Amino acid sequence: MLNEVKSIVGRGVPVVGNDIDTDRIIPARFLKCVTFDGLGQYAFADDRAALAGQHSFDLPQYQGSSVLVANNNFGCGSSREHAPQAISKWGIKAIIGESFAEIFFGNCIALGIPCVIVTHEISTQIQALITANPKLDICLNLVEMTVSCEDLVAPIVMNEGPRQMFVTGHWDATGQLVAQAKATRAKAESLPYVKWQLQAQ
Amino acid sequence: MSQRTLFDKVWDLHTVGTLPSGQTQLFIGLHLIHEVTSPQAFSMVRDRGLTIPFPDRTVATVDHIIPTDNQSRPFKDAMAEEMLQELEKNTAEYGIRFYNAGSGNQGIVHIIAPEQGLTQPGMTIVCGDSHTSTHGAFGAIAMGIGTSQVRDVLASQTLALAKLKVRKIEVNGQLAPGVYAKDVVLHIIRKLGIKGGVGYAYEFAGTTFEAMSMEERMTVCNMAIEGGARCGYVNPDQETYDYLKGRDFAPKGEDWEQAVAWWTSLASDDDAEYDDVVVFDAANIAPTVTWGITPSQGVGVDEQVPAPEDMPEDEQALAEDAYVYMSLKPGQPMEGTAIDVCFIGSCTNGRISDLREAAKIAEGKHVANNVKAFVVPGSERVKLQAEAEGLDKIFTAAGFEWREPGCSMCLAMNPDRLEGRQMSASSSNRNFKGRQGSSSGRTLLMSPAMVAAAAINGKVTDVRTLMT
Repeated sequence: MLNEVKSIVGRGVPVVGNDIDTDRIIPARFLKCVTFDGLGQYAFADDRAALAGQHSFDLPQYQGSSVLVANNNFGCGSSREHAPQAISKWGIKAIIGESFAEIFFGNCIALGIPCVIVTHEISTQIQALITANPKLDICLNLVEMTVSCEDLVAPIVMNEGPRQMFVTGHWDATGQLVAQAKATRAKAESLPYVKWQLQAQ
Repeated sequence: MSQRTLFDKVWDLHTVGTLPSGQTQLFIGLHLIHEVTSPQAFSMVRDRGLTIPFPDRTVATVDHIIPTDNQSRPFKDAMAEEMLQELEKNTAEYGIRFYNAGSGNQGIVHIIAPEQGLTQPGMTIVCGDSHTSTHGAFGAIAMGIGTSQVRDVLASQTLALAKLKVRKIEVNGQLAPGVYAKDVVLHIIRKLGIKGGVGYAYEFAGTTFEAMSMEERMTVCNMAIEGGARCGYVNPDQETYDYLKGRDFAPKGEDWEQAVAWWTSLASDDDAEYDDVVVFDAANIAPTVTWGITPSQGVGVDEQVPAPEDMPEDEQALAEDAYVYMSLKPGQPMEGTAIDVCFIGSCTNGRISDLREAAKIAEGKHVANNVKAFVVPGSERVKLQAEAEGLDKIFTAAGFEWREPGCSMCLAMNPDRLEGRQMSASSSNRNFKGRQGSSSGRTLLMSPAMVAAAAINGKVTDVRTLMT
């Protein structure tokens, strides 16, 4: 199931602020579900309610955007995959930020959503550009590792492992993991606690 | 790159191979699941025609959505009932051990695995819950994962992961009376920041952690993630072995001796190399309370809400947001802040020793007027033990409600929640906006003893003033 993610082009939506946690991205009451379907409408639910229509996810000029432009430590907190699922189902295909929380970043890889890092200056510049002109396209290139928007061109950062997973289409690792069943079985047999615990039961 | 740390040794022992992306395929020794983040994973396994090759290495319980007042079935909340039924169905179909309510073994996932001896040194442990870092207290690599990764573990018993760097956090010295493990970790997060640990595993070392009980170490490791570190751990020692001995899943007989030798060999070597080392003095740690909307926004209970000019520039905008949300002003003393709701429980502080410390403060006193206070034991075993010690009687006589085990108001996916702008004193782990079930509800994080003190006085109180 190869699905290469080499570049993403789309309009941007700014989500301004540091340390936006996953409880804010999707409040816990929306985790009461047995599928991820329909979560898009609840992305940032409480922040949107508090801003009474003025949150970027509600503003008409950002509808149809596919690149979220965040600031520092986006996605901290809970491991809930419901957070990137909700953002994804709202329409986001890539996230630009100054840094990302570890588990959130990993969850995004599993959904094929690259999270790329830029400096504080660049993230605020891009936020300003798309705020001034929401029709602008943002172009993320994971081969050349650049972001461009209007006249701005800047380097983006992502660790080589995840980058390779996206550009070679191996971001969905399940198939590769399952293929190593024999080596996995051997590894299990080499670990003493596997035997101890089975005997203790 | 770190070398010869416990993290390095356990990582190497569990490495199945290197994937084309350069990531490690890591064998997972123990997979814990619950009702919130697993149903979609089982659906993905089915949709892709995958199997579950190691069902005996996954253990399930129900904790997030379960009511703590009335657990009779079906639950009043139809969606909560459906989620539990889904877990019952999935675990039965695949032959996965499931500790349901009433089994005597149910509870918060990070409390039941250690208390049954499932959590052991040298393991890799994952769960679709960020507080999986708790299990690192035993000298395991333990981390939270998302639902797609739950699918991967179910289907392969492995994960694709990049190795973390290792930061040694050394705390030395004796904690003053009234200062608990919770204060230590809140202090560390305050100093290193909410994202200071991103990319790192935290090794908690030094005489302060060496002197801690396993339950205290679990409280510290539990909140490693609140400092951005996906996992935190303490090297195993005699305290670890004494805790494990005789527990349900602990090695028995000859296996026990072998196990202790193996566990001991996994501790970080004296000459281990770390990517970073940070040192704290226990004497500088006070009872700590958060004032803002992230766990790093904390101060000593005898301090004031900090002013923007006293913090780094990149933290000022969030602080401004926090003052407004919390209705607290810079320079205002934290002590005396009025409290509406007091919650003692959660995977951070819902263990028997937490309840004992809180009961010591509550005994012979009474919850203030207009304060709702409740105690939620972390597991059925904790509840039974507490009742055997008469702690439930102490709490109820003092005006606290005594509940059934569950995650309760830590994240309010059940009937326990704040209403409106209520201010809560909470022994849980997150004070994010809306975390405790009301989109304008406010949370002050603190130790269970400090929560008990707040309940008695109806306001934030330095627990040391109530200690005899």
